Amino acid sequence: MMDVPTTEPLEIREHIVEFVSDSGEGAQTAGQLFASVCARSGAGVWTVEIIPAEIEPPVRSRAGASGIRIRFGSEEVTNMGDEADLVVAFNEQVLYSRIDQGALREGTVVVIDDVWATHRDESVKAAYNAAMEDFAERGYDVRPMPLDKETAKLTENTRRGKNVWVVGMLAAWYSMDLAPFEDEVARIFNRKRKGQAVIDANHKMLRAGHAWGQKNLPVRLRVPVEAAPKPKVVMNGNTAVAMGCMAAGIEVCSMYPITPATSASHYLAAAFDQAGGFVHQAEDEIAAVAFAIGASYAGKTAVTITSGPGMALKTELIGLAVMGEIPLVIVDVQRGGPSTGLPTKVEQGDLLHAVYGHPGDAPKVVLAPSTIEECFHYMVTARKLAETFRTPVIVLTDANLATGQAPFDYPELSEDWLSPPIDQSPWSGSTRPYEWDDKTGISPRPIPGQEGGQFVLTGLAHNEKSHIAYESALNQHAMEMRSRKMAALRASLKPPPVVGGDDGDLLIVGWGSTRGAIEEAVHTMRAEGVKVSSAHLRFLAPMEPGLTEIFARFGKVMTVEINYSDGDAIDIDQEGRRRSQLAIMLRSATLVDVESWSRVPGQPLPPSMIIGAIRDALSEDA
Amino acid sequence: MYGVKTDWFEPSPGCHYDLEDYESLEARWCPGCGDHAVLTAIQRICRDEQLPPHETVVVSGIGCSSRFPHYMKTYGFHGLHGRALPLAEGVRSRRPDLNIFVATGDGDCCSIGAGHWIHAIRYNMKMVVMLFDNNVYGLTKNQTSPTSSHGQRTNTHPRGAWLQPIDPIQTTLGITNASFVAQTIDWHPAHLTATLRAAHKHDGLSFVRILQRCPHYTDDIFDFARNDASKILLMTHPDGVEVPAAVAKGFPNATSHDPSNIDEARRLACGEDGLPIGLFYRNPDAQRYDLFSIEGLATPRAEKIAAVRRVLDGYRV
Repeated sequence: MMDVPTTEPLEIREHIVEFVSDSGEGAQTAGQLFASVCARSGAGVWTVEIIPAEIEPPVRSRAGASGIRIRFGSEEVTNMGDEADLVVAFNEQVLYSRIDQGALREGTVVVIDDVWATHRDESVKAAYNAAMEDFAERGYDVRPMPLDKETAKLTENTRRGKNVWVVGMLAAWYSMDLAPFEDEVARIFNRKRKGQAVIDANHKMLRAGHAWGQKNLPVRLRVPVEAAPKPKVVMNGNTAVAMGCMAAGIEVCSMYPITPATSASHYLAAAFDQAGGFVHQAEDEIAAVAFAIGASYAGKTAVTITSGPGMALKTELIGLAVMGEIPLVIVDVQRGGPSTGLPTKVEQGDLLHAVYGHPGDAPKVVLAPSTIEECFHYMVTARKLAETFRTPVIVLTDANLATGQAPFDYPELSEDWLSPPIDQSPWSGSTRPYEWDDKTGISPRPIPGQEGGQFVLTGLAHNEKSHIAYESALNQHAMEMRSRKMAALRASLKPPPVVGGDDGDLLIVGWGSTRGAIEEAVHTMRAEGVKVSSAHLRFLAPMEPGLTEIFARFGKVMTVEINYSDGDAIDIDQEGRRRSQLAIMLRSATLVDVESWSRVPGQPLPPSMIIGAIRDALSEDA
Repeated sequence: MYGVKTDWFEPSPGCHYDLEDYESLEARWCPGCGDHAVLTAIQRICRDEQLPPHETVVVSGIGCSSRFPHYMKTYGFHGLHGRALPLAEGVRSRRPDLNIFVATGDGDCCSIGAGHWIHAIRYNMKMVVMLFDNNVYGLTKNQTSPTSSHGQRTNTHPRGAWLQPIDPIQTTLGITNASFVAQTIDWHPAHLTATLRAAHKHDGLSFVRILQRCPHYTDDIFDFARNDASKILLMTHPDGVEVPAAVAKGFPNATSHDPSNIDEARRLACGEDGLPIGLFYRNPDAQRYDLFSIEGLATPRAEKIAAVRRVLDGYRV
């Protein structure tokens, strides 16, 4: 398509573009610039950061690749998609890191800086030339371009500036107006507190890239978009969690640094004080949750934000919050495990730990946002549930949501969300601190300062007065009351919506960040006539109702998850097979023979992988 | 109880709390346990200072002494082993109005919660921290604690504790931002009460190590000082712990120690001049984290929502 010269741009519905460079060459900034302009224009956008493990990795190395993927289109984009359509690589080595990740396909357009072809270092030249032959053999549509040479006309340090030149060139390629890019450049550098000189220099670079593109690109593309009817915000899931905390009226965030959760606390630390909030960086994960529990016990709204290893350390104190019925919001930004595992990579491996991972019976609410927008709104929900049901609420996000960026409708805020947790008027002296309602298990909560409400909270078994009590019948009753809260919450939930058809051959069940990719796969397969649908769970504890009835309408039910299960590679009988985490829970709850299809690639599941899983599941039946 | 104390009146100068307003369930510590004396001292201080029971919180970890909150008719938080301090810090973080006492033992504070201990001293949030140090794990039946003396026979070291003990006072005096470090003894109610009272009046974290005996496992560890008061070094000073002259007379070995002198405090803590009791060190100017953590406490709702909008606007497209 690129080789047919035409004056009219070719219309396409969506494209996946990647920028990849050495760390410090600004591929991420360029990508964010490009993505922001796309989002402002009303396009659907999903971006994924490509992050090197080290802060200053060596130049021209696979391990040092830094960049961003932008999937943008005429309609809403809900996931990172499959292989890239176009990759801009500042050198051939960083491109290899994307090839290793399976990010390219035959036909992917590769824009590569041609400066290495004439490099004075023979070994660099040789490596480049060898790579170019290899890329051609792999079937990529390779386009060497003079990124460095053109940039050098405007600056001495081409490592700074090449990135913006590329954005200008791409603006020409995708037939986009330059003005919004100029505005965005000014915004970005203003935010970084750079002077007008820096902005002017970058505007020149942008225009030069654009002019070069208009003159030299043989074909141009266009993604038609309609302006968004409502104002939108663009952010990643961790920022959305942080904003959600503020909007939810949470006033204490107690945390300990851990990848990939920490950036949520960074955003809070930068802005929380404006909303009267406070971020406590504790001495360890245990102290972080203890501090939050103390604040909540004292009548303040508190959150702790962590990842899997932190969850493991917080386990005992979360159990105390269950036993003492202390409202608390816990965000677990899941990463690959077990142990230190894959710190920067996505996994959905903490589900069973969140739901069941405590000594004794410790019922608590577990929620999983499936979009970046939900990362914001679920914080408000979580706070409300924590206080209504006097319980910890765990919010499971993951590294995919944490670092992915997408636009969503500007949230309509409510002052009610900021209300103090409880009425602090004097306590009726006759009311006991755990006066459990028989039907719901809910009891009113006194807080220090309320006259007449004095009680001693304890993690020991206790009666309604919170007095230590080990009697058999009482222990049974107290356990029932804490469990009943989950039943009461469940009674107020709706069954999950089914996407696709109400019945069919296969139902895919998912949870968390995989929703976009699963639904895209379902839509693609349905367009081919395959009778597949999907349901996505938002509540994992208590489980959403109506599942058995929904499952009965499908020939086969299968979960799709990013966690480990024994696949066909392991020779094991069905009884001994280790299944994926949601599948274990669904089988136990519904007695339906729920299959599991799960993988741990350390990256989000692309729709094509899920399509493959759907085909396999249905061909087994045939 | 006398005077006006009802739900429908604002607190008035006529409102008065008696000892019974701080007394809850009957304490179930062993007869002869030093915890009883500390409980009585704290109830007295609460009464003397007229601390409203509903504005007073006792936080504890796990161990014999951590049952303390159950015996106070205030608010209480009987937490987890080692975690009393971070729990209390959370309570304090946004509640400058509460009186906070922390009960922790030598296992709780100096072993499983040792990391929190160091940082609590550094945070210096206003609260009274009482270290009930009886040199042994009592509740779990006689295991070596980090303060057990070398050679002490326990169920985990039946042939005698192998390691040298940690000295909690020397350790605390070595932590950045320490602001009140004192030591007292469970067998001398007047000194115990005077020390805890000074601790309560201090604006910051007051760390008080209470030397006590476990009647079951370490009943004789302080016999040398109980039988011979000259083995005790009484530290006195107008800025320190004040005891009546009649009380001071009982301690033949006394010294005037200026609690602003950290070097002398550290020297005295080594115990070469006798078992020191009183105030080692006080720095009323030490930075207080709870003055930082309360910032923005009174932010009105309209301002909060405006702030959220402002931040969201930064991400608007």
